[in-house]
Amino acid sequence: MQLARVVGTVVSTVKEPRMRELKLQVLRLLDENGRATGAYQVAVDAVGAGQGDVVLFAGGSSARQTGLTDGKPTDATIMAIVDSWDVHGKVVWSAAAETPS
Amino acid sequence: MRLGRVLGSVVCTVRAPDLDGEKFLLVQPLDAGQRPLGATVVACDVARSGPGDLVLWVGGREAGLALPRAFVPVDATIIGHVEAASSVAPHGAAPAAAGR
Repeated sequence: MQLARVVGTVVSTVKEPRMRELKLQVLRLLDENGRATGAYQVAVDAVGAGQGDVVLFAGGSSARQTGLTDGKPTDATIMAIVDSWDVHGKVVWSAAAETPS
Repeated sequence: MRLGRVLGSVVCTVRAPDLDGEKFLLVQPLDAGQRPLGATVVACDVARSGPGDLVLWVGGREAGLALPRAFVPVDATIIGHVEAASSVAPHGAAPAAAGR
Protein backbone atom coordinates (compact mmCIF):
# COMPACT_ATOMS: atom_id res chain seq x y z
CA MET A 1 0.00 0.00 0.00
CA GLN A 2 1.02 3.60 -0.34
CA LEU A 3 0.34 6.82 1.53
CA ALA A 4 -1.57 9.46 -0.41
CA ARG A 5 -3.79 12.49 0.04
CA VAL A 6 -7.22 12.87 -1.56
CA VAL A 7 -6.97 15.98 -3.73
CA GLY A 8 -10.00 15.62 -5.97
CA THR A 9 -12.71 13.47 -7.46
CA VAL A 10 -13.27 12.13 -10.94
CA VAL A 11 -16.64 12.51 -12.65
CA SER A 12 -17.09 10.03 -15.46
CA THR A 13 -20.49 9.41 -17.00
CA VAL A 14 -19.55 7.11 -19.85
CA LYS A 15 -17.66 4.20 -18.34
CA GLU A 16 -17.41 0.47 -18.08
CA PRO A 17 -20.80 -0.70 -16.67
CA ARG A 18 -19.33 -2.42 -13.60
CA MET A 19 -17.61 0.84 -12.61
CA ARG A 20 -20.85 2.83 -12.51
CA GLU A 21 -21.51 2.92 -8.79
CA LEU A 22 -17.93 3.40 -7.69
CA LYS A 23 -16.58 6.70 -6.38
CA LEU A 24 -13.25 7.66 -7.95
CA GLN A 25 -10.79 9.89 -6.09
CA VAL A 26 -7.66 11.63 -7.32
CA LEU A 27 -4.72 10.92 -4.99
CA ARG A 28 -1.40 12.69 -4.62
CA LEU A 29 1.17 10.20 -3.34
CA LEU A 30 3.16 11.03 -0.18
CA ASP A 31 6.56 9.85 1.03
CA GLU A 32 7.36 8.74 4.60
CA ASN A 33 7.88 12.39 5.58
CA GLY A 34 4.47 13.44 4.32
CA ARG A 35 5.83 15.24 1.28
CA ALA A 36 4.24 14.88 -2.16
CA THR A 37 6.30 12.61 -4.40
CA GLY A 38 4.93 14.18 -7.59
CA ALA A 39 3.03 11.03 -8.56
CA TYR A 40 -0.76 10.85 -8.81
CA GLN A 41 -3.21 7.97 -8.82
CA VAL A 42 -6.93 7.60 -9.45
CA ALA A 43 -8.44 5.08 -7.05
CA VAL A 44 -11.82 3.57 -6.19
CA ASP A 45 -12.90 4.63 -2.71
CA ALA A 46 -13.97 1.68 -0.52
CA VAL A 47 -14.00 3.55 2.82
CA GLY A 48 -15.74 6.91 2.25
CA ALA A 49 -12.67 9.14 2.24
CA GLY A 50 -13.13 12.89 1.82
CA GLN A 51 -11.24 15.74 0.23
CA GLY A 52 -7.98 16.35 2.11
CA ASP A 53 -7.95 12.97 3.91
CA VAL A 54 -4.68 11.03 3.99
CA VAL A 55 -5.36 7.44 2.96
CA LEU A 56 -3.81 4.10 2.12
CA PHE A 57 -4.53 2.51 -1.24
CA ALA A 58 -3.79 -0.97 -2.53
CA GLY A 59 -2.72 -1.45 -6.13
CA GLY A 60 -2.76 -4.17 -8.75
CA SER A 61 -5.10 -7.15 -8.50
CA SER A 62 -5.26 -6.62 -4.72
CA ALA A 63 -7.45 -3.60 -5.49
CA ARG A 64 -10.23 -6.03 -6.51
CA GLN A 65 -10.21 -7.82 -3.17
CA THR A 66 -13.11 -5.95 -1.54
CA GLY A 67 -16.83 -6.61 -1.66
CA LEU A 68 -17.20 -3.32 -3.54
CA THR A 69 -14.59 -3.98 -6.22
CA ASP A 70 -14.74 -7.78 -6.63
CA GLY A 71 -14.55 -8.67 -10.32
CA LYS A 72 -14.37 -5.04 -11.40
CA PRO A 73 -11.69 -3.47 -13.60
CA THR A 74 -9.84 -1.41 -10.96
CA ASP A 75 -6.13 -1.44 -10.15
CA ALA A 76 -6.19 0.98 -7.20
CA THR A 77 -8.55 1.00 -4.19
CA ILE A 78 -8.52 3.20 -1.10
CA MET A 79 -8.83 0.71 1.79
CA ALA A 80 -8.02 2.80 4.89
CA ILE A 81 -8.03 6.40 6.17
CA VAL A 82 -4.82 7.33 8.00
CA ASP A 83 -5.00 8.89 11.49
CA SER A 84 -1.22 9.17 11.94
CA TRP A 85 2.10 7.50 11.28
CA ASP A 86 5.45 7.38 13.00
CA VAL A 87 9.04 6.73 11.95
CA HIS A 88 11.36 5.22 14.59
CA GLY A 89 8.90 6.14 17.34
CA LYS A 90 8.47 9.78 16.35
CA VAL A 91 5.09 10.90 15.00
CA VAL A 92 5.69 12.31 11.54
CA TRP A 93 2.12 13.17 10.62
CA SER A 94 -1.25 13.11 12.33
CA ALA A 95 -4.69 14.19 11.21
CA ALA A 96 -5.36 15.65 14.66
CA ALA A 97 -2.32 17.94 14.47
CA GLU A 98 -3.24 19.07 10.97
CA THR A 99 -6.90 19.92 11.61
CA PRO A 100 -7.43 23.28 13.35
CA SER A 101 -9.62 22.71 16.42
CA MET B 1 9.74 -11.30 -2.20
CA ARG B 2 11.94 -8.40 -1.28
CA LEU B 3 14.09 -7.20 1.60
CA GLY B 4 12.99 -4.20 3.63
CA ARG B 5 13.60 -2.25 6.80
CA VAL B 6 10.67 -1.40 9.06
CA LEU B 7 10.58 2.36 9.67
CA GLY B 8 7.44 2.72 11.77
CA SER B 9 3.71 2.15 11.94
CA VAL B 10 0.60 3.67 10.39
CA VAL B 11 -2.56 4.12 12.46
CA CYS B 12 -5.88 3.76 10.62
CA THR B 13 -9.24 3.63 12.44
CA VAL B 14 -11.41 3.69 9.32
CA ARG B 15 -10.56 0.72 7.08
CA ALA B 16 -12.16 -1.81 4.77
CA PRO B 17 -14.17 -4.30 6.87
CA ASP B 18 -11.93 -7.32 6.26
CA LEU B 19 -8.89 -5.43 7.54
CA ASP B 20 -10.03 -5.24 11.17
CA GLY B 21 -7.14 -6.19 13.44
CA GLU B 22 -4.43 -5.90 10.80
CA LYS B 23 -1.33 -3.87 11.60
CA PHE B 24 0.12 -1.47 9.02
CA LEU B 25 3.89 -0.89 9.01
CA LEU B 26 5.94 1.57 6.99
CA VAL B 27 8.72 -0.31 5.16
CA GLN B 28 11.74 0.96 3.22
CA PRO B 29 12.51 -1.54 0.42
CA LEU B 30 16.20 -2.49 0.21
CA ASP B 31 18.49 -3.78 -2.51
CA ALA B 32 20.68 -6.87 -2.15
CA GLY B 33 23.28 -4.73 -0.36
CA GLN B 34 20.59 -3.47 2.05
CA ARG B 35 20.64 0.03 0.64
CA PRO B 36 17.30 1.88 0.28
CA LEU B 37 15.71 1.16 -3.09
CA GLY B 38 12.63 3.03 -4.24
CA ALA B 39 9.68 4.52 -2.42
CA THR B 40 8.50 3.36 1.00
CA VAL B 41 5.53 1.02 1.12
CA VAL B 42 2.93 0.30 3.79
CA ALA B 43 2.66 -3.41 4.55
CA CYS B 44 0.56 -5.68 6.75
CA ASP B 45 2.56 -7.92 9.06
CA VAL B 46 2.36 -11.57 10.09
CA ALA B 47 5.85 -11.66 11.66
CA ARG B 48 5.41 -9.34 14.66
CA SER B 49 7.84 -6.82 13.25
CA GLY B 50 8.86 -3.51 14.75
CA PRO B 51 10.89 -0.44 13.81
CA GLY B 52 14.45 -1.25 12.74
CA ASP B 53 13.74 -4.88 11.83
CA LEU B 54 15.18 -6.29 8.61
CA VAL B 55 12.30 -8.17 7.01
CA LEU B 56 11.16 -10.19 4.02
CA TRP B 57 7.98 -8.90 2.41
CA VAL B 58 5.78 -10.05 -0.43
CA GLY B 59 4.00 -7.72 -2.82
CA GLY B 60 1.03 -7.92 -5.16
CA ARG B 61 -2.02 -10.18 -4.86
CA GLU B 62 0.02 -12.78 -2.96
CA ALA B 63 0.33 -10.36 -0.03
CA GLY B 64 -3.27 -11.13 0.90
CA LEU B 65 -2.64 -14.87 0.88
CA ALA B 66 -0.31 -14.47 3.87
CA LEU B 67 -3.13 -13.08 6.02
CA PRO B 68 -5.80 -15.03 7.93
CA ARG B 69 -8.47 -13.70 5.55
CA ALA B 70 -6.98 -14.01 2.07
CA PHE B 71 -9.63 -11.94 0.26
CA VAL B 72 -8.39 -8.53 1.42
CA PRO B 73 -7.26 -5.37 -0.38
CA VAL B 74 -3.62 -5.73 0.66
CA ASP B 75 -0.69 -5.49 -1.78
CA ALA B 76 2.25 -5.82 0.66
CA THR B 77 2.76 -8.11 3.68
CA ILE B 78 5.80 -8.75 5.86
CA ILE B 79 6.17 -12.53 6.02
CA GLY B 80 9.44 -13.00 7.90
CA HIS B 81 12.37 -11.57 9.78
CA VAL B 82 15.81 -11.74 8.16
CA GLU B 83 18.71 -12.82 10.35
CA ALA B 84 21.26 -12.99 7.55
CA ALA B 85 21.33 -12.13 3.87
CA SER B 86 24.32 -12.32 1.58
CA SER B 87 24.80 -11.60 -2.06
CA VAL B 88 27.53 -12.03 -4.61
CA ALA B 89 28.40 -8.41 -5.18
CA PRO B 90 29.08 -7.20 -8.73
CA HIS B 91 32.38 -5.60 -9.72
CA GLY B 92 34.32 -7.16 -6.84
CA ALA B 93 32.58 -5.12 -4.13
CA ALA B 94 32.38 -6.64 -0.68
CA PRO B 95 29.22 -8.71 -0.11
CA ALA B 96 26.67 -7.19 2.21
CA ALA B 97 26.39 -8.37 5.79
CA ALA B 98 23.12 -8.59 7.69
CA GLY B 99 22.33 -6.10 10.40
CA ARG B 100 22.23 -2.35 10.52
